[in-house]
Amino acid sequence: MNDNEIKEMRMSILKAIEHDGRVDLKELAIRLGIDATDVANAMSDMEKEGIICGYQTLIDWDKTDDERVTALIEVRVTPQRGQGFDSIAERIYKFSEVDSVYLISGGFDLMVIMEGRSLKEVSSFVTNKLSSLEAVLSCATHFIMRKYKMNGTVLARKYKDERILVTP
Amino acid sequence: MRDPIAKKVSDMKPSGIRKFFDIVSEMPDAISLGVGEPDFDTPWHVRDEGIYSLERGRTFYTSNSGLMELRTEISRYLSRHYNVSYKPGEEIVITVGGSEAIDIGMRAMLEPGEEVIIPEPSYVSYVPCTIMAGGVPVIVNLKEENEFRLTAEELADAITPKTKILVLPFPNNPTGAIMERRDLEDIAKLCIEHDIFVLSDEIYSELSYKGDHVTIASIPGMKERTILINGFSKAFAMTGWRLGYACGPEEIISQMTKIHQYCIMCAPTTSQYAAVEALKHGDRDVEGMREAYNERRRYLMHEFRRMGLQCFEPYGAFYIFPSIKEFGMTSEDFCTDLLMKKKVAVVPGSAFGDCGEGFVRISYAYSIDNLKNAISRIEEYITELRNKK
Repeated sequence: MNDNEIKEMRMSILKAIEHDGRVDLKELAIRLGIDATDVANAMSDMEKEGIICGYQTLIDWDKTDDERVTALIEVRVTPQRGQGFDSIAERIYKFSEVDSVYLISGGFDLMVIMEGRSLKEVSSFVTNKLSSLEAVLSCATHFIMRKYKMNGTVLARKYKDERILVTP
Repeated sequence: MRDPIAKKVSDMKPSGIRKFFDIVSEMPDAISLGVGEPDFDTPWHVRDEGIYSLERGRTFYTSNSGLMELRTEISRYLSRHYNVSYKPGEEIVITVGGSEAIDIGMRAMLEPGEEVIIPEPSYVSYVPCTIMAGGVPVIVNLKEENEFRLTAEELADAITPKTKILVLPFPNNPTGAIMERRDLEDIAKLCIEHDIFVLSDEIYSELSYKGDHVTIASIPGMKERTILINGFSKAFAMTGWRLGYACGPEEIISQMTKIHQYCIMCAPTTSQYAAVEALKHGDRDVEGMREAYNERRRYLMHEFRRMGLQCFEPYGAFYIFPSIKEFGMTSEDFCTDLLMKKKVAVVPGSAFGDCGEGFVRISYAYSIDNLKNAISRIEEYITELRNKK
């Protein structure tokens, strides 16, 4: 395979597994018309290169008995000399409570997404851990009330196949 | 009382699909692989544009030929994708689905007794539309060994001095067959030599899995004798919007528009506005759907090969057309029995012409999970049949 073909194969693998991390690799190879060994090799290469960062499960926790709250926190920070936002981002993402951290353009700098067991737990984290960091200028915390769609998957109501069973 | 029904209508055979549908509809828990329309929803941005047009109060007739903006977009789309150019003002008419375009094309062109060559297996409406228009259908039975393509020899054998139109239904429903450039060039030569017009039904053109679709209208000397029929149903998953179009020489399109004007007035306005959006911003949606169909196609081909079921590899539409001749049953018996025993609905090939006998049409407009479930039932069924022998 030449470079372009490898690139193309990688793209089609990524597109296929992006929304189905559990797909059987042999089946995937058949669907893409690629040799199964090539698929396995490409995947392990992409894992090593950090293109594939992990395989997770999409869970709608609201349907379980588990109590969780998710908060989006807009954080304004002072960038640090020589390091920009990286070192303050690192100080934040190292907390295990923190789920995601993004550098954002616009009215604030970092979007921090975190999960806690209760409002109290989240607010205590924001007050004690986040706001107290020296570089942090302000935090605005938003609690998620309902998840309609996550990572491309609709969690809200779904519709049945309403097509007529046999049509020409 | 006199017989209120015209003879040519009462003589018309009811569609073979209809009969099978009646059986299936009594089994609500059956898994169906019998559907001839996409499983995808119309892309949301397209639906949203339809909704917006209603909010704006765009609920009036459009011009008979359809919105100029839509015809302009169609013209751009056809030149971008298929390298043919049509003037939006004179050479395009927007119709209620590709089906209407087939009908008014026949009616505009046929004199009583003129012959229409129709390759089969193919979509169910060509023969009745020919008859309703006073023409005489001449069937060409396509062969599996030619991958259900129309060959120049087959066409040459069917041509008579009365031949007026050739229907060219590719990519094909129900076989999934395609015609590549060299196949079309051979056909084009004969059409020019015998002064035959082509009604090219290319509704599945976006669903081609072996290089880009080629329209016969792009072959030199053919545009002036081709009615190119296409639409939004298959490419953009818009079956229920009922929107198609015909492109061709002004002298034919203007006469088709006259019929359209008297019996339809204009295609649905909401659908036309949605379609403008589909053509302007829908290329990526189409590509995504095509890739998904192609994955399913490869998967099904692999499964049928594994089961040892005879099947040529189709490169178009969303159908696979395996042979069931090894079981010594008619297509209809096979499909009915499969439905009764395993609750899987597939369509008898014979519904698409006599030469479809011995085949079944399997649609892959279903999710992979659905297909897997159905395939394992089909495998159980054919294993039982083989063991009985």
